[in-house]
This record gives sequence, structure tokens and C-alpha cells, in this order.
Amino acid sequence: MATGAQTKQQVEEIEPFEAAAEIEGGNVVLIDTREPHEYQEAHLEGGKLVPPGLLGDEIGAAAPDKSARTILYCRSGNRSHKAAEQLQALGYEDVASMAGGILAWQEQGLPVVAATGMTPEQRDRYSRHTLLPEVGVDGQLKMLNAKVLLVGAGGLGAPTALYLAAAGIGTLGLVDDDVVDASNLQRQVIHNTERIGVPKTTSARLTIEALNPDVDVVEHRLRLDASNIVEILSEYDVIVDGADNFPTRYLLNDASVRLRKPVVSASILSFDGQISTFVPFEGPCYRCLYPTPPPAELAPSCSANGVLGVMAGTMGTLQANEVLKLVIGIGEPLVGRLLLYEALGTRFTELKVRRDPNCPICGENAPEIADEDLGKFPDYDAFCAG
Amino acid sequence: MATVRIPPVLRAQTGGQTEVEAGGENVGAVLRALTAEHPATEEQLFGPDGDLNRYVNVYLNDEDVRVLDGLETVVSDGDTVIIMPAMAGG
Repeated sequence: MATGAQTKQQVEEIEPFEAAAEIEGGNVVLIDTREPHEYQEAHLEGGKLVPPGLLGDEIGAAAPDKSARTILYCRSGNRSHKAAEQLQALGYEDVASMAGGILAWQEQGLPVVAATGMTPEQRDRYSRHTLLPEVGVDGQLKMLNAKVLLVGAGGLGAPTALYLAAAGIGTLGLVDDDVVDASNLQRQVIHNTERIGVPKTTSARLTIEALNPDVDVVEHRLRLDASNIVEILSEYDVIVDGADNFPTRYLLNDASVRLRKPVVSASILSFDGQISTFVPFEGPCYRCLYPTPPPAELAPSCSANGVLGVMAGTMGTLQANEVLKLVIGIGEPLVGRLLLYEALGTRFTELKVRRDPNCPICGENAPEIADEDLGKFPDYDAFCAG
Repeated sequence: MATVRIPPVLRAQTGGQTEVEAGGENVGAVLRALTAEHPATEEQLFGPDGDLNRYVNVYLNDEDVRVLDGLETVVSDGDTVIIMPAMAGG
């Protein structure tokens, strides 16, 4: 019979930094051989809990492949060593125990994850959020797990993206096929002079990454159309409409209603802004509010008419506020309400928006629309704003 | 008298005014008073058949007149009529 000292030599022991390198390389099964309460307090990211008493029963599910590289750890290295021996006896070919356990790991400055799902750095970064009773750790985790799509990385998209990134929205998708132009910098504060000529989605991503590395930015460097919108929208939880043209806004509405995705929609021109939140079937949709787009002369663009730069900030941050409320599930989003802002007088007006029972998109008897007809109007001539 | 709020895109037609006082028993009459004083607004607001253009939203205080009585919606002294076409700018 092998003595304790001899068996300790048989099981491979690795240092925490070595384990970290292997884990980063991928293809490692990481097993935590402690008790649940220890795991709750802090564990290695990706570690699967298999308490020592349940090893025989549960290891098969946690580590089905006996030839896979399997690293075990515990608090100080003893339990994981014994567990590694047991695994070898069960036929596991490539196991190692982490010397010194999670204590040594933390001593070497390596990160752990708490049961709350946030690292110590995150708990610090978002402390001003988690202090709020209405938000708390749960609310912050919702933000970290949320996927928000911003249609347009320009005037409205810029401030919205900045504040959603700061808040820790885990995935931010950006749709824009344009590049940064000097005339954008009067209001599109996520870009800067060095980025002139750079695609807006890339420029935005660089700014966001520097602000908050927790955010995963997905660049959609394209224009939305009936052929791609359903696939793109499906990946996200909430959509922000910061488009600069009607066809996109109507297309976005039709697709988001079909996919039941809420849309926070704003628009700006000169000194005026509007914002509302469309939650399909709970409140009105964009078409309930604006059944028909206006002709071109009643809908000039910012480039034709001008806009006070800060309007983008005011309405964009209001959009971010709506998104956070939807993600966390608190407060009262602007569902069924259209908020008007007039900057010269600094006046807000709230109008009621009702669901239109005859709405061709969200009304009770609305017909099913083929993909290629999303965003279109039955009377095509009426749709000439372009 | 009611106060009619003029959207940015129509201000050129009202000599730059953002608000115009206009009298009338109902929304239709108030808007007609507006177009009488500023004829250039007529085409933007009304179609050839005399109906309000579908792409212009009109609110009496905070309700879309389409959910009230449309152009027949009664207007009281001190009410606000808001003209609001959609804006696309982002």
C-alpha cells in the first residue's frame, strides 16, 4: 500500500500561476472540491463545484471526459490533492491539483468570482449603483447580463452608448455604416478628432473599451434592411432607435413588434427632441403614433436644418435612462407617453400615446407580414419621405 | 382663445413664431384660424379634401385628437393645440 507521502508524489501539483495560464489557454476542466458555502463566498471563474463527499456521484457530470486536462483546487491544496488521487483511481488520465489552493491563488493576485457574480473590481466600479436599494447587486447583474442594440452610433447613439457602457451593460451592439466626420464632433461625443475617417462603430468601440472593459461591443457595420434585421435584432434584449431616417425607423418598428423587443426611440431637430418607449403589445408601437411618414419637406435632416449639439446629449441620456429601467425592471418607462423637450425654453411636455386598434402592425387584426415587407406601406406612393 | 404650438418645420410659415393664439369652437376651427392668418401652413396641415393630413399629429393638451373627436374636438379657453409631424433626426 502506498504511504501518504508516496501518493502525494504521484499526483501532479501545479502553482496557481501555472493553473491560470492553462485555464486561459482553454481546454481545461476546472473542479472546485470545497463545500457550497465556501464556493458561494469566492471561487475561480469557470470552477465547477464538486464537494468531496459527493465526488463519486457528481464527477461524471462535471468532468465527463476522462482524458481531458482536469485541474482541481480547494482552499489550501489538501482536499484537492485527495480528490485528484480519487480521480486517478477512477481512470482520469490527466489530473493536477493546485498547490496552496484558492488562498495561494488570491495571494498571487489572481481574480476570483463571488457568488454575486461580480469580481472585486466590478463591485468597486459599480458601487454607486449597488448602493441604491432599487438597483443593488441583482440590478447590476441584470445590467451586466443585458444585450442592448443601438441603431445608429451618431448623435443619439453616442451619449446613449457612453452611459450604457459606464453602467456596465454587458453587450452593446452598434449598427452604423458611416465613418466619423469633423461635423459630427459638434455632438457625437463618443468620437474624437483622431477618429475622423474611422468607421463609427469602431471609434465607438475604442472609446467604450477604454471606459469599461466589462462591455463587449459588437460592431454591425451595415445598414439595416428587411433581409438582415430579424437576425440581428434576435440577439438583443432591448433596442435603441437613434436612426436618422424614416425608412429605418419604420423597419425597426415592424421587426421589433414581430420579435417582441422593446424599442427606446428618440429624435432631435434644431432645438426640439422627442422620446418614447415602445413595448410591443403592452403599449403603442411607432406606427400607432405615426401611421404615415411626412413628405420630405416636413422632415428635414439635421444636416439640412441644423441641431443644437447638446440636444443629442439630452435625448440620448434620456434614452439610456429608459434602457436601464427596462433592464433592471424599475421605475416607469415612457410607455404610452411621448416626452417632448424644447431647449430654448427648457420645457418638457408629456403627451399620451394610445395603441391604435387598427394598427397594421400591432393591432388585433394585424396581418402577418413577410420578411421582405417589413417597413413597407400598403400604399407605396404615400411612403415617399425617403 | 387657444394657444397653437408650432413645430420647428412650420415656423418658417408662421414668421418664426413658436406659438400662435387662435380662436375656434373646435380643433378644426382653431387650425383654420391659423391657416387664415398664415396661409403657407394650409398645405402642410390639410389635404385637398379638407381632412387633416395623416402624417400630422394634432394634440389637444395631451391627447391625440384622433382618440377624441378629430377636428370636431371641442376646444376651451386656455387649451393648447400642439401640431406635431414626426421627426427622424438622430
